[in-house]
Amino acid sequence: MSAQMQKSSSSRAAKKILPVGHYRGLGGWTVFFFIFLYLPIVVLIFYSFNSNRMVMNWGGFGFEWYLKAFQNEDIQKAVWNSLIVATVATIFATAIATIGALVLARGGNFRGKTVSLGLITLPLMVPEIVTAVAVLIFFSAIGMNWGLVNVIIAHITFCIPFAFMPIRARLEGMDTSLEQAARDLYASEWETFRYVTVPLLMPGIVAGAMLAFVISMDDFIITLMVGGAGSTTLPVYIYSMIRRGLTPEINAVSTVLLLVSIGIVTAYWIVSKKSQTDTVH
Amino acid sequence: MSDWLPRSAAGRRWLGLAPSYFVIGIFMLVPMIIMGVFSFLEPNPYGGVKPVGSLAAYVKLFFEYDLEDQLVFNPGYINIIFRSFQLSFAATLLCLIFGFPVAYYITLQPENRRNFYIYLVTIPFWTNLLIRTFAWIIILGRGGVIETPLLAAGIIEDSLRMMYTDGAIAIGLTYSYLPLMVLPIYASLEKLDFRLLEAASDLYANRLEVMTRVVIPLCKPGIIAGCLLVFIPCLGAFIAPNLLGGGKKLMLGSLVQFQFASARNWPFGAALSMLLLSAVVIMLIFYARAAKKRTVMEGDG
Amino acid sequence: MKRVLTIFAAAAAMLTVGLAKAEGELFIYNWTEYTPPELIAKFEKESGIKVSVDTYDSNETLLAKLQAGATGYDIVVPSQNFVPILVKEGLIQKVGVHSLPNYKNLEARWKKPDWDPEQEYTGPWQWGTTSFSYNSELYSGKGASLKEFFEPSDQVKGRLSVFQTPDEVVSLANIYLGVPFCSEDAKQMKKIQDMLVHQKEYVVAYNSETMSDMLASGEAMMTNHWSGFSRLGRLTGAPIVYAYPKEGVVGWYDSMVVPTSAKNVENAKKFMNFMMDPVNMAMLTENQGYGDAVKGTAAYYSDELKSAPEINPPADLKVFFAPTCSPKAQSLIDKVWTKVMQ
Repeated sequence: MSAQMQKSSSSRAAKKILPVGHYRGLGGWTVFFFIFLYLPIVVLIFYSFNSNRMVMNWGGFGFEWYLKAFQNEDIQKAVWNSLIVATVATIFATAIATIGALVLARGGNFRGKTVSLGLITLPLMVPEIVTAVAVLIFFSAIGMNWGLVNVIIAHITFCIPFAFMPIRARLEGMDTSLEQAARDLYASEWETFRYVTVPLLMPGIVAGAMLAFVISMDDFIITLMVGGAGSTTLPVYIYSMIRRGLTPEINAVSTVLLLVSIGIVTAYWIVSKKSQTDTVH
Repeated sequence: MSDWLPRSAAGRRWLGLAPSYFVIGIFMLVPMIIMGVFSFLEPNPYGGVKPVGSLAAYVKLFFEYDLEDQLVFNPGYINIIFRSFQLSFAATLLCLIFGFPVAYYITLQPENRRNFYIYLVTIPFWTNLLIRTFAWIIILGRGGVIETPLLAAGIIEDSLRMMYTDGAIAIGLTYSYLPLMVLPIYASLEKLDFRLLEAASDLYANRLEVMTRVVIPLCKPGIIAGCLLVFIPCLGAFIAPNLLGGGKKLMLGSLVQFQFASARNWPFGAALSMLLLSAVVIMLIFYARAAKKRTVMEGDG
Repeated sequence: MKRVLTIFAAAAAMLTVGLAKAEGELFIYNWTEYTPPELIAKFEKESGIKVSVDTYDSNETLLAKLQAGATGYDIVVPSQNFVPILVKEGLIQKVGVHSLPNYKNLEARWKKPDWDPEQEYTGPWQWGTTSFSYNSELYSGKGASLKEFFEPSDQVKGRLSVFQTPDEVVSLANIYLGVPFCSEDAKQMKKIQDMLVHQKEYVVAYNSETMSDMLASGEAMMTNHWSGFSRLGRLTGAPIVYAYPKEGVVGWYDSMVVPTSAKNVENAKKFMNFMMDPVNMAMLTENQGYGDAVKGTAAYYSDELKSAPEINPPADLKVFFAPTCSPKAQSLIDKVWTKVMQ
């Protein structure tokens, strides 16, 4: 073994001192990537302070759009609706996706596995406008007109595959030895599930939930068509604004939402770090 | 507590899958079937459908009645579909080129920093897609964020005219779905055992070979998942093509939307969607077959 | 398990809140930013009715939604050429606008229009014109003729923006080429098609959203535009001039109608009556910058609005209101547009 190590270290010394698996320029590429990713965000925030009504032409610095946004009841209601829909839809979609993923990742190769997989990912494959009109027709055909609940149901439906994928990915990589050990130590199925499986799965569930939440918050075409009176969400409001002209009010609202979400995620991160250091490994 | 769970494995399976089947079956599958039926009906002149069977929608994909009422081959819609596939493919490729190195870089970071990077990648996703696309108009447009400093520095003389081009659409599409490429690839790479790389290197593999013959094959599921997650929404997208492409060249998403809105030809819109759906299903079947073959060849793991 | 139950309880609570009927409610479904909050607040104060406003982006979305069965709206605001469609499809109901107390305030020329001959369905909202606007610092023409729009001069090459939806563009083409509206003659429509295909070479974008932005930044020298919207662009300081070509412009008239599925018909009528009061209508016009159909509103206009060229067209301006096209004519329009777009 030492001879091999000597050989590899000498051949490594001949090249640059990067360890195996590392490549030059990756860091730089990543920096460029993040610039590309954040440039529109920065522009968005910057223009929220634009005194000019036109979104695209700068007219001076000012907070007036934030004030206007706070006074705009329509926007507030839209944001509120968006949050309600996204929260409820995420909870249900993640729950449904979790048990679905458990079956599909662990059930072995049973008959109907491919069909089930196809069904769960079906919402991903259909263009949104088609889903939107189809679901609206369906709801009116069965006479279901429950306003925001219609929207929530539609959102649950298309959020399931988004929640499903990270959970399944996590399950497939999960080591079952801990669960087996728990069973060996006479833990019941339920106890194993609750105290071993779920915590191990948690990162996947959280990732799935976050993805579902974001997808739900962003959707507008399905919400636009399916929603009844009083169920305007923020993206629908923004989309309808396009024809009449976007104002920096929207930038202001988006900036606030962004800061709030960053705040929540950061808080969660800090809390989870704390609990990690608190638990004895 | 586990007594109320069914005893048999099959029973449990169906219990676990039942909610998914219920929700997606009723609220997705049934509406899709309705759509499929609609594609075989006649359009109501002011929107909606008449309960009269007709293949007109599918005929319209390839043929049209010209101004003398003769049936003539019409490549127009085929062009639009072809162009959409091209642009979606380009966007997916861009996402892959852009996203893979970054996913890989994040994997190389120490564990406690990785999550931070992942959060950084997903944060832009928290802002509304419409707004983010609008921001690109400000960036790429005349007198925008890119042009103004270049003009001021004298590096260019006239506007670069980046807006309202296919390139702008590609950038917009790439930007919209980039996190969806990075996350699955990262999820795959995260499980990578770096000792395999060391082993390969010890077996005289050079750096390129380590990447192409060890890393990439091992994270193939992630790469494919990422590509699908980007490609499929791109096909049906209409925001980026409309806002950034100036609507001069229709794409599939805008075409479908146009049918349900201005053109009021729901059966044709449904037929287009069925076409799109079939294309996606065919791709997925190929993928499933290829995946099955691989597991058979490689055994488990 | 407890968490799941609490969530169910919360969802059920939200459901009941949604279904509970308040005493006086009104659900308005209108174009975005077309319903000033001050106006709604005034109405709520005077009537005690609680108002909720949802928004849509186009007549087509409105039609698609109503047709696919969306309910819950008491007032919707279609353009004039959509009113006959909504009537024909049974989507809106008669509310006898002519017998409302404030009906007498309606200007004579807007009473009993072609699209509502008995004034049973519609109450006025705003009306305006569609034409083109240009950036006066970049464009040397004066917008005197539609020729500048459809057969542009070389300076406009690559700097022209046209609406994304066909109806108004084709209507302007009808006016310019002298082809009657809603023509069912394929040869005539071919003339329009050829002209639009030729125009495409000058077009940088087909866009119905960011016209003023494009003019202000110089991305476009000339764009399709609406009167009031163009004025708003001008008010931000950009040199945007709304053109009144000699051949004429397209007129449109948005009115309030009550869907058949409305639940608060009496409140809807109260709101329609409220809007036919000149004080309230002036508030709307001041906010939007279009024209209104109620007598006496000019007394309440601000000075800027009184002198705005966008709502004070030249006296000899020809305004053509597009009628509702037969299915055959509409399908010809769609064919032309698809050919242009390909």
